[in-house]
Amino acid sequence: MSENKKIEFSIEALATAKKIMARYPEGKQKSALIPILHLAQTEFNGWLSAEVMDYVASLLSIKPIEVYEVVTFYSMFNSKPVGKCLIEVCQTSSCWLRGSDEIVAHIKNKLNINVGETSADGMFTLKTVECLGSCGTAPMLQCGADFHENLTVEKVDELLEKLRNKNERSSYLKSMITDR
Amino acid sequence: MGKKLLLEHINEPGIQSFEVYRKKGGYASVEKALKSMKPDEVTEEVKRSGLRGRGGAGFPTGMKWTFLDRRSEKPRYLVCNADESEPGTFKDRYLMEHLPHLLVEGMITSSYALGAKTSYIYIRGEYMYIVRILEKAIEEAYANGFLGKNILGTDYSLDLYVHPGAGAYICGEETALLESLEGKRGNPRLKPPFPAIAGLYACPTVVNNVETIAAVVPIINIGGDEYAKIGVGKSTGTKLISASGHINKPGVYEIELGIPVEEFIFSDEYCGGIWKDRRLKAVVAGGSSVPILPADLIFTTAKGEPRLMTYESLADGGFATGTMLGSGGFIVMDETASIVENLYTFSRFYHHESCGQCSPCREGTGWLEKILHRLREGHGKKEDVDLLVSVAKNIEGKTICPLGEAAAWPVASAVKHFRKEFEEAAARLQLSAVQKAELATH
Repeated sequence: MSENKKIEFSIEALATAKKIMARYPEGKQKSALIPILHLAQTEFNGWLSAEVMDYVASLLSIKPIEVYEVVTFYSMFNSKPVGKCLIEVCQTSSCWLRGSDEIVAHIKNKLNINVGETSADGMFTLKTVECLGSCGTAPMLQCGADFHENLTVEKVDELLEKLRNKNERSSYLKSMITDR
Repeated sequence: MGKKLLLEHINEPGIQSFEVYRKKGGYASVEKALKSMKPDEVTEEVKRSGLRGRGGAGFPTGMKWTFLDRRSEKPRYLVCNADESEPGTFKDRYLMEHLPHLLVEGMITSSYALGAKTSYIYIRGEYMYIVRILEKAIEEAYANGFLGKNILGTDYSLDLYVHPGAGAYICGEETALLESLEGKRGNPRLKPPFPAIAGLYACPTVVNNVETIAAVVPIINIGGDEYAKIGVGKSTGTKLISASGHINKPGVYEIELGIPVEEFIFSDEYCGGIWKDRRLKAVVAGGSSVPILPADLIFTTAKGEPRLMTYESLADGGFATGTMLGSGGFIVMDETASIVENLYTFSRFYHHESCGQCSPCREGTGWLEKILHRLREGHGKKEDVDLLVSVAKNIEGKTICPLGEAAAWPVASAVKHFRKEFEEAAARLQLSAVQKAELATH
């Protein structure tokens, strides 16, 4: 998806968006907003620009502000560009008790970035997040839809290496919607 | 071994699939309910079971169902709250990942009882990989005639959809969840009207937690009276406990309500004791929102009775010496854990998750985080300890939704039971590099 192309979904994504919209009663298509924003984020390089948000608003026949206010509310929507792989490290109680501080410090050191920053090669953005429901397998991080649990610094090194070699953009949506 | 009503078949290979789940007796509750019971009879069984909401509030499920406005001409909805986000809680994730059909079955049986023709599972966006698992289970249920038009040849039809959120703890509050499901910011609504009267799209709606809906399956299979025989007093049945922190065996355990807390922590069947041969310091028994208890108060109540894993026993002594079962997010801390640091992670969490609608919560949670941050960094003041308590008190009871209380209670209880630690943190002055250099020259 090149940046200077006209902002619109691919044919497949548009078909998926229509299917999502059909899941809600007549006249309540705004309900599809969050699922469709997930789809848009995956389609348009991992973040939601004003143009993309306007496009989503037009799809759902709602006002652009109705999209902006939702995008800025939910932590999984990025309103600024992010690195190819978004690394989200949980740091709430149980993860902290089992050593999430060390995991964050290690990643900062390894990638030479602070929390909230993107590595110089554009590969990784580091984010700290609140409880991801993985307390029994703490410490953990999420990259796209994948949970990486029971982390050690060695495991983190292996993961970063793997992600770098794979060189794919992380996405929460591998296949969210079935064909039903 | 305690009775397992929910997780009995969790280790069965292939139990995620319809075929194996069905072979193990799955979907029997749908057959029984749709073919031999009236919807109100299903509700009656749930009432008799004494089942209480497993999301955290512990409100009787059957009673919640009877509040649903059945005289309204509007469609009725059942919405499953799978927005599990209370720190320390991961049981719903475990259940949905490994037993997706149990939730789907519970949704069908419960929707039938409530007369819902369309139901939604609202799942937190971070659990996106589970969306796929649930979608597959739903697809299989359709293919086998358990969803869609005229289920099992009866008059009853139901459509079931999964709806992902996008990262917001507040959407676990039922009215915020409904706002979010309508495609809006997750701002809790003023109640009344309650969702049972005006919920999703202003239609009569019941919102129930994943585990609550799953529990309807065994209740219909064995009967409400039989279910109520398990447990103690008003804490009936089994409960999933998410155990984490400094224990040997973190994980999700199904317990019969009523086992002693001490057994839960030290038995090899459950937590397996404190890790690294250390001593127990404190427990947060029901998710981050409930009061923290020091080791001595977690094993015995202030009256000296053994503390049990029940709603009532954990709450014994009120907030002076008790806590709550809450969501069953059981976080254990060993002797090395800093209560100040742990509380800092909680307060940062609530500040991050406040929707910002009510000033006491929006501003207060920010102050709690700020004060705890400086205590933790060694820039605190003596007055900070009382200031924490005062800010917490000024949030509690002054907000639309219970996030205010959820933010305040852990603070009040931590300072109450571990005051010395907070005072020490306040006295621990950390010198800046400049100050250190100045001192060295004297």
